[in-house]
Amino acid sequence: MKEIHVNEVISAVERLCIEANCILNQDVIDALNKALGIEESSQGREVLQQLLENAEIAAKENIPICQDTGMAVLFVEVGQDLHIIGGDLTGALNEGVRRGYEKGFLRKSIVKDPFNRINTGDNTPAVIHYEIVSGDKIGIAIAPKGFGSENMGALKMFKPSDGLPAVKNFIVETVDKAGPNPCPPIVVGVGLGGTMEKAAYLAKKALLRPIGESNPVEEYARLEQELLTKINHLGIGPQGFGGRTTALAVNIEVFPTHIAGLPAAVNINCHVTRHRQVVLEGRVSSCE
Amino acid sequence: MSNDKTVETRKISAPMDDTTAASLRCGEKVLISGVVYTGRDAAHKKMVEALGRGEGLPFDIKGQVIYFVGPAPASPGKVIGSAGPTTSGRMDAYSPSLLAKGLKGMIGKGLRSPEVIQAIRENSAVYFGAIGGAGALLASCIKEAEVIAYPELGTEAVRRLVIEDFPAIVLIDSLGQNLYETGRKEYQILG
Repeated sequence: MKEIHVNEVISAVERLCIEANCILNQDVIDALNKALGIEESSQGREVLQQLLENAEIAAKENIPICQDTGMAVLFVEVGQDLHIIGGDLTGALNEGVRRGYEKGFLRKSIVKDPFNRINTGDNTPAVIHYEIVSGDKIGIAIAPKGFGSENMGALKMFKPSDGLPAVKNFIVETVDKAGPNPCPPIVVGVGLGGTMEKAAYLAKKALLRPIGESNPVEEYARLEQELLTKINHLGIGPQGFGGRTTALAVNIEVFPTHIAGLPAAVNINCHVTRHRQVVLEGRVSSCE
Repeated sequence: MSNDKTVETRKISAPMDDTTAASLRCGEKVLISGVVYTGRDAAHKKMVEALGRGEGLPFDIKGQVIYFVGPAPASPGKVIGSAGPTTSGRMDAYSPSLLAKGLKGMIGKGLRSPEVIQAIRENSAVYFGAIGGAGALLASCIKEAEVIAYPELGTEAVRRLVIEDFPAIVLIDSLGQNLYETGRKEYQILG
């Protein structure tokens, strides 16, 4: 059995927190540049240019792209043949977040209680989604989530007879209602099927997929394109000032569901659409 | 005002006098220089509660501009960290009370309630938009930052900022005209 020390996990998460917040991913930069070529609104083009300029300043000065450095959301895939040593994995992931937010001068936005609202002071706890997978590695993806966009998400439990047209309307309406609030151009994550929480989880997981990569199933890839066109026809445009670029991508994830249900969830990302991942290799155990 | 007409960028100062506030028009691009105060959810709640108890505000609000921002911490050698606007709608419950007390301008991003738009009209105020997500760029326009109230709120504390050529756009003017509605209509494809 291979093993990995929690210290490695801590350093990886610390680094990912800082990189995800300060460096705009290349797929986003490419998408913004592409949008700049298509955008008809001069105000919209100016916004896109400012977002690219902002990303340059952030990377050069190593400061966050956006002041809302988010709630840390972690997707962790643990290989079942990996042994974690030196401490507890959840504790290590939170310690990485704690260190990353402190060292990177990232904003601590987490409050202890939804009503008492006292800041925890270190941006923990993170929201951690675990999956046990085959193999002896651990994959960690971080997607710090700003709440300007998070607050605009929605979930609806449809009847199977409502079908695809109702689900499509719901997705487009959710973006329509969000308007300028989530800092467009946005990326729209959609989760279809499963149960209520599975659909919400899939909608968020969909946001990890790079812009330009379609759903592997042809039918859903086409649906992604159709929804992207419909959303861009809303006219909301960059920052909501009007224009052709409301969304850069629509990413759909699907899961089997119950005969009685059709859950649909929409999770919106702002233009920063932060996500970074790493795979850590275990080492052969010293006692073997 | 159309998005695609060439609009000259106008330089204005904060605090703002009544004439300036009333003359700004929806869609107009501005560069703001001077002093603005920061405030978001928790600070607004405290300020409006203070007014309810008949107490004063942490600063004289007449003619002032409030920037809805919770900045990231400053790294060494910097005045402030990343500092872009937060979603203004969360301040909707509080803004009418502050506008009634003389607040002239708000800088943020996103939709406002009909009540806030009405209060903007009644008090001849302005709602400016700054680019959401451009916190690094906007931080470079902030020359001084000092916490003046509610330090216990951390990033949500009220700060006095000195800004220079801070880029913004008039989203809602004193007549109640709204760029989010007019801008969007031009590019909406129905059906």
